Amino acid sequence: MATQSDLSCNGLVRRFGAHTAVNNISLDVPAGTFFSILGPSGCGKTTLLRLLAGFDRPNQGDIYIRGERMNDVPPNHRPVNMVFQHLALFPTMSVGDNIGYGLKRRKVPAAERRKLTAEVLEQVGLPGLENRNPMELSGGQRQRVALARCLVLKPTLLLLDEPLGALDLKLREQMKVELKHLQKQFGTTFVYITHDQSEAMVMSDQVAVMKDGRFDQVAPPEELYREPATPFVAGFVGDNNRLGGEVVSLEDNLAQIRLDSGELVRGRVASNEVRPGERAELYVRPESLVFAGSVQNNDYSVMQASVKTTLFDGANSRVEAENSGSLVYARLPQDGSAPALALNSSIKLSWDPRFARVFGADRS
Amino acid sequence: MGNTLQQPFRTAVLVLVWGWLLFLVFTPNLLVVGASVMTRDPSTFISLPMNLDAYRQLLNPLYLDVFLHSLYMAAMTTLICLLIGYPFAWSLSKVARKNRLLLIFLLIVPFWTNSLVRTYALKLILATNGLLNNALMAMGIIDEPMQMLYTEGAVIIGLVYLLLPFMILPLYTVFEDLREDFLRASHDLGAGRWSTFIHVIVPLTLPGVLAGVMLVLLPAMGLFFVPDVLGGSRNLLVGNVIKNQFLDARNWPFGAAASIMLTLAMAFLMFAHRLSKRRIGEDGV
Repeated sequence: MATQSDLSCNGLVRRFGAHTAVNNISLDVPAGTFFSILGPSGCGKTTLLRLLAGFDRPNQGDIYIRGERMNDVPPNHRPVNMVFQHLALFPTMSVGDNIGYGLKRRKVPAAERRKLTAEVLEQVGLPGLENRNPMELSGGQRQRVALARCLVLKPTLLLLDEPLGALDLKLREQMKVELKHLQKQFGTTFVYITHDQSEAMVMSDQVAVMKDGRFDQVAPPEELYREPATPFVAGFVGDNNRLGGEVVSLEDNLAQIRLDSGELVRGRVASNEVRPGERAELYVRPESLVFAGSVQNNDYSVMQASVKTTLFDGANSRVEAENSGSLVYARLPQDGSAPALALNSSIKLSWDPRFARVFGADRS
Repeated sequence: MGNTLQQPFRTAVLVLVWGWLLFLVFTPNLLVVGASVMTRDPSTFISLPMNLDAYRQLLNPLYLDVFLHSLYMAAMTTLICLLIGYPFAWSLSKVARKNRLLLIFLLIVPFWTNSLVRTYALKLILATNGLLNNALMAMGIIDEPMQMLYTEGAVIIGLVYLLLPFMILPLYTVFEDLREDFLRASHDLGAGRWSTFIHVIVPLTLPGVLAGVMLVLLPAMGLFFVPDVLGGSRNLLVGNVIKNQFLDARNWPFGAAASIMLTLAMAFLMFAHRLSKRRIGEDGV
């Protein structure tokens, strides 16, 4: 291989009785990547992370770290460290002892240990906090201590199990950026699991969207957003409107669909199951919908909807409208371009067909 | 205002608490201290003048021996309780929740029988012609009965039997709170099982160990009926000495002085407990 992966797995399977938590997962994470595994709770991401850390063993498949097979290596001998969901900082030890814990197990002499501990605390922005008890620190500081405790060991791979979940919203936003910077600064490969798509999108180089023990799609955040490979990804990553209809024709990768309201609209074909005469679903994002009055483009698809309510939220303001039984959300720009919307009034929403995705309906 | 409505209730609670402390804790202890500095009197139990004879008597090597032997038996009891209770509580915390409650229930059930009665039951088991000897002889392991009753061992067995739940329950509480993630984190950071046990599990469960030790060691010095029933005349506890002074020897000042000694020993242990609590966390990088 030209560039060796820090982590590569093939065909990982982990079953619990009749339930298959991890179902034939293969992945490849190049060195220095921020790799996220995004999925709803119960999708198997925690099980997968535990397989990588070594707390659990796969029923099938192999785990390689820098080309070395890890299946039979216990956690304390893997070049992998983990930041736990609740951090698991030892409350019986000072910050310095927590960070020095792994070094001490490696028999690093005390003077060296002190030096490395001081260095890593400096790097995570907490210089001189060695003698404090972790319980006296704020949530954000504890987070950094937990990171420092792992990073001081210079692991090949750092696993993070939704560590931001316990923080309040503001701090979480801050830590997202912070984490990404720290990852670049240390150059360590991060494998981050979360159910929060915004965390995954903001921080990651690559995101794997996981559902029912499988990866639906592995791609950079922008690609996930623009070209979701499955209806699940389309619905899970970002917001999306789902419109049901029947495929009328296919041309140039664009499908023409007759919506349940009878309107003819178009969108890009996203799966092989889209065939003329069959049911399909068209996904179009609220931010891709524009008010028909403001655009004059014959290529655009147009649909009628009646206004239900407006949801004012500053830059994220949206309008909720209805098109033959299904609810549709559209972004409400706050630059004066949006028309005044009266309740139950009829509006025309239009979109560039290239920004809509069409999936065969039987797959969802 | 809500405050004025609650006032009578508050007053009642405060009076109850302070009244209890004053009449049932403070006053009796003061009486004991008072008795300990009086002179022994065969007819009125205590009389003036005040002196420290009782405390001087405590320094008598004979009583010092009793105290040390008592401390030794209590310490052995505590150690055995800890050795049994620690793994017991650990496994208990791992059992499925439904069965766990049943096991804790079984642990507590014997308390519904008077402990004196249970000590007599133990006597039936340990006696020369008792269940254990008969069973061992029937199995052909021994040819003639062993002397088990009226030994130091019998006293320790009795104390362990009565006090083991007091060791298990506080330990169970700390093990139940011990999150699996701490053990995983330790393992993840490169520690093996032994290292994790010493550096993570023991410090995290230490409060339970200390609570258990205090709940076992201190009562173990005072449960006078256990040596009375199982120990014969040579294996006395401090509790026996005190009881004998009040009921048999009629030497109240000395009995009171011995009680105060025991109380001070307890206070010292509690103080040491608090000190050790403060010291936790200085592993020294």
